[in-house]
Amino acid sequence: MAVTELPSKGGFSFDLCRRNDMLSKKGTKPPSYRKTGTTIVGLIFQDGVILGADTRATAGFIVCDKNCEKIHYMAPNIYCCGAGTAADTEAVTDMVSSQLQLHRYHTARESRVVTALTLLKSYLFKYQGHVQAALVLGGVDVTGPHLHIIYPHGSTDTLPFATMGSGSLAAMAVFESKYREGLTKEEGISLVSEAICSGIFNDLGSGSNVDICVITKGHKEYLRNHQLPNPRSYVSSKGYSFPKKTEVLLTKITPLKEKVEVIEVGDAMEE
Amino acid sequence: MESNQAPQGLMGSNDNIQRTQYPYVTGTSVVALKYKDGILMAADMGGSYGSTLRYKTVDRLKPVGKHSLLGASGEISDFQEILRYLDELILYDNMWDDGNSLGPKEVHNYLTRVMYNRRNKFDPLWNSLVLGGVKKGQKYLGMVSMIGVNFEDNHVATGFGNHLARPILRDEWHENLSFEDGVKLLEKCMRVLLYRDRSAVNKLQIAKITEEGVTISQPYSLKTFWGFSAFENPTVGAEGSW
Repeated sequence: MAVTELPSKGGFSFDLCRRNDMLSKKGTKPPSYRKTGTTIVGLIFQDGVILGADTRATAGFIVCDKNCEKIHYMAPNIYCCGAGTAADTEAVTDMVSSQLQLHRYHTARESRVVTALTLLKSYLFKYQGHVQAALVLGGVDVTGPHLHIIYPHGSTDTLPFATMGSGSLAAMAVFESKYREGLTKEEGISLVSEAICSGIFNDLGSGSNVDICVITKGHKEYLRNHQLPNPRSYVSSKGYSFPKKTEVLLTKITPLKEKVEVIEVGDAMEE
Repeated sequence: MESNQAPQGLMGSNDNIQRTQYPYVTGTSVVALKYKDGILMAADMGGSYGSTLRYKTVDRLKPVGKHSLLGASGEISDFQEILRYLDELILYDNMWDDGNSLGPKEVHNYLTRVMYNRRNKFDPLWNSLVLGGVKKGQKYLGMVSMIGVNFEDNHVATGFGNHLARPILRDEWHENLSFEDGVKLLEKCMRVLLYRDRSAVNKLQIAKITEEGVTISQPYSLKTFWGFSAFENPTVGAEGSW
C-alpha cells in the first residue's frame, strides 16, 4: 500500500535544487533577473529639474514589461530614476523614501536632495556593488535644484545633465550637442524627450514610451507616457473573424454531486 | 641562419607563427557621411598606446587610387599593411593601362575579401575600415570590420562613434546636404566624441572626395565649452560632499 507524501508546511523547499544543479551541469541557463536595460536622463533647467525615462523592462532577451514605471517617488520634491536590476532599484528607492518620510516627521522640514543622496550612497557602498542599482536622483529643495547620479558601487556625481543605463551613450550624444544653460520648461521637456527617443530607437535595451517628471520649487508634474512613439500600427484590414458558431441543439445542466468528503490534514489556517 | 621551421606552403599551420592577439597602437573612431557632391569623412589624429595618447599626428585618412578615400580605426600597423596591399592593387590596375580604374565599390569588395580571409585564419587585421568614393557620379560609402562584416550606408561610424555619433547622424542626416552643413554635422559628432571618448584628441582632419578628387584638410581643433555653472561649484548646498 503506497504512502502518500504530505506537503511540507513551511520553510524553504530544497526539492528542486538537485534538479536545477543537474540541468545547469548539462548547460541549461537559469532564467535571468528582470533588468531595466534602460535609458534614464536628468537635466537642470532654469526653474528646476526634469527627469526622463523609457518604459521597457527586459528579462534576458525578452521584453517582459512594455510599459513599466522607472521614475520612483522619493519625497514630494524629490524623484529618482532607476536603471539596473528592477528589484534592486524598486527596493532601494522605496526604503530610502520611507526613511525620508520618518526624517520629515522628526525634523518638520522639507527633505533635501543631499539627504536622499547620502542615504542611497551609503547603502549601496555597504553592499559593495552587489545591489545593482544605477540611479539618477533629482529634486528641488530650499538650497535650489540638484541633480545627482549614483553608481551601483556607491560613488556619486553632481551634474547639470546626466544619463544612465544601456542607452546612456545615445542620450548623452543628444545632450552634449544640444544642452545649454537657462533652458525654459518647454525646451527642457523637448530636449529630454529627444534624448530618451534617441535611446529608444538606437539602443535595443530601451523602448516603448517616454515618461517625464518636472520638479520646480513647490510644484511637481509627473507626465506618465508623455510620448508614445511606438504605437501598434499594424491592424489587420479584414478584421478578426472567428469560425462560424456550431448550432446549439440541446442545453442540459447537471449540477455535480460531491462523492468524497475532504478532510484537511494538519491544522487548518496555520500561519 | 639555420631555421628549424617545417617547409611552409605544403604543410598546414605552423606553430611558430605569431597571431595578432590584441592591438597595441590604436586609432579611435572615424565618422563619414554622403553629401551632395560626394563623401565627407572625419577622423582625429591620435594614436593611443594602451591608455597613453602616444602619437598625436597619425594620418588615418588616405586616398586610394583616383576615386576612393580610406579611413581606419584600430591597430595602426595593420592599417599601414592594408595601405601596402592597396598600393599593389592600384599599381597592377594601372599597369593594365586600359582607361578604366578601380572604383570605390571594387576597392571595398577587395578589402572585405582580405579582412574575411585573415579572420578565417585566426589572424585578423585589427581594423575597422571606412571606404568612400565617387565614380561616374555614383557616390559610395561602405564599412568593413575586422571580422569581415561589411555593408554600405549613407552614414557610417566606427568604434565609439557607433554609440555616440550614429544617433546624431540617424536623426540629422538627410539627402543632398551642402558641404557646409555636412562639415557642421561631422564637427558636431566629433565634438561629442571629444567630450566622451577617452582616446580622442582635439586635432582632427576632415577629408572630402568628389568627382574631381580628394582633398584632406589641414589638422585643426574644435572649440569646447566647459563653463557650466554647475561645474563651478558643484557642492553648493551640501558642503563637504562631492
